Amino acid sequence: MVVQAAAFEHFASVSCTFAMRIVERRPWSRAGVNIHEYQGKALFREEGVAVQDGLHCTTVEQALEAYDSLGSKVVAVKSQIHAGGRGKGNLYCPDTGDLLMEGGVKIAFSREEVGVYAKNILGHVLVTKQTGPEGKLVNNLYIESGCEIAHEYYLAILVDREEDAILVMASTEGGVDIEEVAENTPEAIHKAWADFSGQLPLGASQQMAESLGLTGSSQESFTQMLESLVAMFVSRDCSMIEINPLVRSEGGSMIALDSKVSFDENASFRHPWRAAMRDMSEEEEVEIRANESGLSYVKLDGNIGCLVNGAGLAMASMDVIKLYGGEPANFLDIGGGANKESITTAFGIILEDPNVEGILVNIFGGIIRCDMVARSIIDASREVGLSVPLVVRFSGTNHAEGRTVLEESSLEVATVGTLAEGAEAIVAAIEEVGA
Amino acid sequence: MSIWIDESSKVLVQGITGSQGTFHATRMLEYGTDVVGGVTPGKGGQVVELPGRDVPVYDGMSQAVFETDADVSVIYVPARFAAAAIIEAADAFNEIKGEGLIVCITEGIPTLDMVRCVGQISEMPGIRLIGPNCPGIITPGEDGGCKVGIMPGYIHAKGRIGIISKSGTLTYEAVAQTMSVGEGQTTCIGIGGDPVSGTGFIDCLAAFEDDPETEAVVMIGEIGGTAEEDAAAWVADNFSKPIVGFVAGATAPPGKRMGHAGAIISGGKGTAEEKFAAFESAGIHIARDPSKIGEVLLRVLIEAGLRES
Repeated sequence: MVVQAAAFEHFASVSCTFAMRIVERRPWSRAGVNIHEYQGKALFREEGVAVQDGLHCTTVEQALEAYDSLGSKVVAVKSQIHAGGRGKGNLYCPDTGDLLMEGGVKIAFSREEVGVYAKNILGHVLVTKQTGPEGKLVNNLYIESGCEIAHEYYLAILVDREEDAILVMASTEGGVDIEEVAENTPEAIHKAWADFSGQLPLGASQQMAESLGLTGSSQESFTQMLESLVAMFVSRDCSMIEINPLVRSEGGSMIALDSKVSFDENASFRHPWRAAMRDMSEEEEVEIRANESGLSYVKLDGNIGCLVNGAGLAMASMDVIKLYGGEPANFLDIGGGANKESITTAFGIILEDPNVEGILVNIFGGIIRCDMVARSIIDASREVGLSVPLVVRFSGTNHAEGRTVLEESSLEVATVGTLAEGAEAIVAAIEEVGA
Repeated sequence: MSIWIDESSKVLVQGITGSQGTFHATRMLEYGTDVVGGVTPGKGGQVVELPGRDVPVYDGMSQAVFETDADVSVIYVPARFAAAAIIEAADAFNEIKGEGLIVCITEGIPTLDMVRCVGQISEMPGIRLIGPNCPGIITPGEDGGCKVGIMPGYIHAKGRIGIISKSGTLTYEAVAQTMSVGEGQTTCIGIGGDPVSGTGFIDCLAAFEDDPETEAVVMIGEIGGTAEEDAAAWVADNFSKPIVGFVAGATAPPGKRMGHAGAIISGGKGTAEEKFAAFESAGIHIARDPSKIGEVLLRVLIEAGLRES
């Protein structure tokens, strides 16, 4: 019993990297790691993983042509956005805000229906559980041949960070929220770990097929698919492959009816083909710009901008601002290679956010020297026309020189010795301005 | 005493002829680290002139370990070559000495490369990997000490507090906090913020438990994964010394990666709240404000009878 409980806890901890994306806005913050379903399926085809015939379209005319050329009476008309929850999402007109259609994935039984659905989807905003209330503009559509489904399964491959290994998870409960399965029937989820070279143990895929109750040609179809997918996960440096649902057709073959594929950004250097799959409209423009300057930026909802060196210290700075009654407007790590240009860019990005009413700079100098940061702050604040209160905390390498540089300048800035003092000072300064 | 490195450790620098390698080899040597050699393929036979010492460069790790009898290697090579450098170091130490410490500073190594590295090293019981994507490890001495990494050496002093952290600059903050209450450090280890990495919290804690000079520990976690929870569970049963803990990212939104590859709250798991709660239930003394780590540490040391005031 105890063993079972431990196993479940283990599952709960690893499943967080994938299935629970269902309750999130966006799974990854950094550029270029997610691809659309139609792109994932194109990769599946290349790797020999069975998918239905389907065509990518960007206009209603293309959608109708796709219907004609697929030659299937019943087709699925699927909105292509990076967020999940498409089926249960709603489509709105971006200008009027009017509800156009319920469901971002529709089954069409005729050419006319394809036209209606495509018209309602393309150029309109799809709001799902994961997009947030602002939704996502849909520019891409996938028309896919219908499929006679005997049963729906769930399959995912990901990196288990606690075991430092590739983990395969499968369940007979496909097509539904896998989190609920994990919660209610953890025994329905079957797992196998690949060794560090990316090989499943001998017989593991067959054993998993048996656990799913697959027999005969379905079993063979599943094991082949699983081995191809694990090979693809390794050769293409994926961070996740999720297929929900994976279906067994009436004819017994296993077909990937959905695809969620994301890649490890760190490995992009050895996969130049990824660049062509990037959909810039799915990314936050400001985060891309920050990345290009060697900054790591995430926008938040508060009013105190932060500029910090180091990811951990940047998070800690946000936390301390909150502890002292403020709300952080962003996460911003200027990185170890920061210079005047990148610090100027950082100030510009922080001040683009209209909610920002004050800025806290927190630098613990190591390789970075506080006096260099001080001079950059002075130049940057002139360049961007700083008009909100600024509090600077320097510690570490050349902190005293840094403070002197700031204090001797004409810049209106409060310098403090600790992070707590800095948070207190910026919260107070904003209240003063507001009062 | 200290853990894993001390002033007698002989250190190799992989990537010593690169700008980062040369810069940090210089800082390490200035701090007192015994830098005995460097490795850059194709540049064997050259000498890197560091202040007060000419350091020989070798083509490969096997030759470098064989010639210098080094115990430690620190890696400053670019991400795309880093995994090969880790494996080369592991093989060399394993075959020649049967033991060795590898510290990988490099950020941005592909996750599956690290899966392979960690997997291979797990089959070499004498080999320890710290990192990647970390500031390294430092044992301050009476005068200088042994610094293997990129941290500013001068902020440290020899003492009795062990420090373990997933973050770089936040580790320095923790060091400064111990110094603010007059406490120095035995050894400080940055384990890095990647999802797949070598040495974890528990390895460090087990070593600190066995180190008679370490009397208390400061442990800095961050959002993402369950390493902090696992460490807390281990502490409850196995660790006898006081610990002060902080977790960065209480205000981080779910689903957003906060700088470090591993720092992401996924599906409501890996939150700072859960980690703080796990710390508390394991008897770890928490500081919610990292500026108060020193204060909490002071109180804890007094309560434990390790300090008068």
